[in-house]
Amino acid sequence: MLANLFKIFKENNYATIGVSIYLIFIIVAIFADFIAPNDPLRIHFSGSGLARNLAPSFDFYLGTTSNGRDIFSQLIHGSRNALAVGLSAALAVAILGTIVGLVSGYYGGWVDNVIMRLADIALGLPFLPFVIVLAAFLGPNSWNVVIAIALLLWPNAGRIIRSQVLTLRERGYIESAKVSGCSNFRIIFVHIAPNILPLSFLYGSIAIGWAILTEASVSFLGFGPSDVISWGYMLQDAYSSQALSLKAYIWFLPPGFCIVLMVVAGFFISRGYEEILFPKMRN
Amino acid sequence: MFDFWSILRRFAYMLFVMWVVATIIFFMFRLMPGSPLTAFIGTTFTDEQHDLLVQRFGLDKSLFEQYSLFLVNTLKGDFGLSFTYNKPVIDMIIEALPNSIILTLFSLLIAYIFGIIAGAYLAWKRATLIEGISIPIVLATRSAPEFWLGMIALALFSFQLDIFPSGGTSAPGVIYASTLDKLLSIDFYHHLILPSLVLALYLQGLPLLLMRSNMLEVMQEDFITMSKMKGLSSWRIVIYHAARNALLPVATAFTLGVGFAFGGNVVIETVFSWPGLGRLLVFAVSASDYPLAQGAFIFLTGILILMNFLADLMYLFLDPRVSYKTAN
Repeated sequence: MLANLFKIFKENNYATIGVSIYLIFIIVAIFADFIAPNDPLRIHFSGSGLARNLAPSFDFYLGTTSNGRDIFSQLIHGSRNALAVGLSAALAVAILGTIVGLVSGYYGGWVDNVIMRLADIALGLPFLPFVIVLAAFLGPNSWNVVIAIALLLWPNAGRIIRSQVLTLRERGYIESAKVSGCSNFRIIFVHIAPNILPLSFLYGSIAIGWAILTEASVSFLGFGPSDVISWGYMLQDAYSSQALSLKAYIWFLPPGFCIVLMVVAGFFISRGYEEILFPKMRN
Repeated sequence: MFDFWSILRRFAYMLFVMWVVATIIFFMFRLMPGSPLTAFIGTTFTDEQHDLLVQRFGLDKSLFEQYSLFLVNTLKGDFGLSFTYNKPVIDMIIEALPNSIILTLFSLLIAYIFGIIAGAYLAWKRATLIEGISIPIVLATRSAPEFWLGMIALALFSFQLDIFPSGGTSAPGVIYASTLDKLLSIDFYHHLILPSLVLALYLQGLPLLLMRSNMLEVMQEDFITMSKMKGLSSWRIVIYHAARNALLPVATAFTLGVGFAFGGNVVIETVFSWPGLGRLLVFAVSASDYPLAQGAFIFLTGILILMNFLADLMYLFLDPRVSYKTAN
């Protein structure tokens, strides 16, 4: 696996750019407290009162919000939430999709049937409306968005992995494992799983972008947590505080650019990884 | 020819999925925290008034009774009364539906016409500088949050340049005699342009990338080599021979896209204050208006499942290689 990851780095431009963007964001997220000059939620005052809608200055690199909060510090801290949501959703989708695909493909029969019908139902739910309703049901919390995404995105990964398992199941070495008395559990997780891990990784990397976009949309619609700084929250704050009519571009452009960067990086990684998995895609 | 019974089976299966989803929705809304009446009841209400309301909304019945009543009423198209508006939910949905349909179809048409042409063009320009620049840009448009693109469009074209209105479907104070009158007015389309262009910008990526990769695949087939050997012009080959074959999956994607876009419209409708189904859902959920939220959600789901079914059928009609007998 690790050697594979290293290979992507060397061979593929898309993947290199994607991974570099993530590394930068990860560093920013880890050292957010040192990079951000102010507490993102602190309300600042100037001589004449609330320091609202200030233009960019050395004190506030990107100016202040209409509540007198430092935009730049919010932007820096927002990377934490985006990374946490994106990466944990990716992990959840990859794990769920892999287990479902393995079990469904290996056992077949009614187990397979039930799982595939569940997949149809998950795909029959409208994505964003379902996430909104679930977020309202479970309470405003970033983790609920991760749960909702995992609940809806596993079928894509599960189906592909299942079809791969179906062909692996018929191989000779699985037969010999069975004959030599391996348990089903051992066959699935020791003999079959390593072969489909690259696919799990691929679908996980696709889920990163989806998760970040969805979390931003949910926050924007007002169903996100109000005490956690995220880019979606910043955009919602800007939208509802008339930043558009104030033409406060410096307030609502940067969070969007950060979301785009992070989602694009996710796409680039999955695309680069796909080219390595399926060499046919290359010219 | 395809088998009539397999289509029927597919149809029955679609109904089954709808039933399961409706059941999930019912229990999800029933299990939501807090009394569903909190939004409805004023602080001055007496206990008697409260009981009356509980009875009127059927909340005193057992869960099973409520569930069977819900299924029967849903089949009849009766979703109950909205808590906040005290109006039949179905009326509110029917009022919002045309707005959503027009916005969705208009943007999908723009997106697919552009996507198909640009995708075919980029496939033709394989491995050139144009392709090298365009593909990352297309990927970036698919990565931008729709509502953020909407905010930029509003700030630029509405507040800065004042070319387009900042939201809604008609100018303030204008009242139309009927929905049809409204849909035929120029003002309505003036309001429609900005949200649908933003939506189209987001939606064009899929048909574009799909068309491009299909074209690349088709261009490698024997009959294209044959046409080249016959000495046909490259335009003729691209349009008459390659594009026709590459269009098939794009057509299926369009059908799927209708169902998908309906759900995704939620944010665009909110940014542009567009009174459609998605905005209705957002309002209903934040106001804890359960009947309204339930109704809007069922409608969105129904459209999605129906479109999935139609996409399946379309594949069957358009591609003779797919046979339902072998697929099942």
